[in-house]
Amino acid sequence: MTLLGDVARWFADPAHYQGSDAVQTRLLEHAAVSGLAVLTGLLVALPIGLYLGHTGRFGFIAVNVANIGRAIPSLAAIALAIPIAGTLLGVQNGLGFWPTFLALIPLAIPPILTNAYVAVRGVDRDVIEAGRGMGLGEAAVLRVIELPLALPLILAGIRTAAVNVVATATLGALVAFGGLGRYIVDGLALQEYDRLFAGALLVALLAIAVEVAFGTFERAAVSPGIRVQQGAL
Amino acid sequence: MTEGEPLIRWDWIASHLDEFAFRLGEHVELTVIAVSVGFIIAFGLSLLILRAPRTEAPITWVTGTLYTIPSLALFALLIPYTGLTVLTAEIGLVSYTLLILLRNIVRGIRGVPAEVREAAVGMGYSPREILWRIELPLALAVIIAGVRLATISTIGLVTVTSLIGQGGFGFLILIGIQRFFTTELIVGAVLSVALAIVADALLVLLQRRLTPWTRAT
Repeated sequence: MTLLGDVARWFADPAHYQGSDAVQTRLLEHAAVSGLAVLTGLLVALPIGLYLGHTGRFGFIAVNVANIGRAIPSLAAIALAIPIAGTLLGVQNGLGFWPTFLALIPLAIPPILTNAYVAVRGVDRDVIEAGRGMGLGEAAVLRVIELPLALPLILAGIRTAAVNVVATATLGALVAFGGLGRYIVDGLALQEYDRLFAGALLVALLAIAVEVAFGTFERAAVSPGIRVQQGAL
Repeated sequence: MTEGEPLIRWDWIASHLDEFAFRLGEHVELTVIAVSVGFIIAFGLSLLILRAPRTEAPITWVTGTLYTIPSLALFALLIPYTGLTVLTAEIGLVSYTLLILLRNIVRGIRGVPAEVREAAVGMGYSPREILWRIELPLALAVIIAGVRLATISTIGLVTVTSLIGQGGFGFLILIGIQRFFTTELIVGAVLSVALAIVADALLVLLQRRLTPWTRAT
């Protein structure tokens, strides 16, 4: 297959590691916008999800947010961010970093919020009662009991969010942002299949790497006590 | 966005209803083919997993990896082989339905109470009859929940196939982006979301009709 040879040559070409279109630059742009979006989503969604789960109120909000988030197509999110970035922020033509960043946040929020809500809600009531009986206040119940027990599901929500965001950041190239999607969009436009294929490979590997990294972190961060319990079940 | 242009030009929308109808047909067609083909493949794989549980880990791993690969990247990886065709779009779209459908089919059938299965065996049902007349009807609610998820996510992903020359409502979004024409991109996005909501509602109705017994509780 000559294509794979072309792709290998593309990766070996030192010209692709220099200037503004360098692989490492695109990778950094991709990671930066994704990381910032997930972090922003986390700051918004986690406190709300934990609060709703702790009090047990407004459960329908938590569930509906997730459903709406799932229904918004990623391309539509990017597209709708253009007029928003243009009108609200006065960004030139609504293009570049801002619309990409803005479009990614609503994709990061639903899985984090819903998982945090479901996880905290799912903590055994008896354990919480026992904690209250031992004199723990509301904040302590959340911190000492609910949070550690809910941690695996919360982290799974963050992983889903991160993988979705990294995937969708690829579309940022359509609104004149950089990132690894640049190679795919440009490769398509110029019909340069080596560039297209190389970009797609980089995006796919990045997404899989994020998934694997978060999975490893999840296993390491889960309290040993719960791990044993889960194994026993 | 051009200076002085309103966010939405209603006269443009009114004069393009024919095109919306055409894109709707395209969007629905791409979605229905993807979910149907995905369901057939996922159903076969699920039966394999249920019969030989050792195949579960590798099948889940492969479908999970496919699911993780970003849609645009998957389409791009296929283009050198299958070109800017419906086939490329469908291979990608079908790949994304597999994990969701598979999980729900397997979970649904495994969730059938053992007593029910034993009762069927005791009444002389063959394994094939147990599958079609006991397990599948009882698993239907969970299976349709999977079909709903797969349909919603496919409707969203179809918009991305506009980049490879397909796309349904995604075509409007893409052209809107390229021409800085907010009306067109907003219409494309709104119609795509609306289609997802309508499709989901229809599947809920279908589930209620097919499993009337779930309503009693």
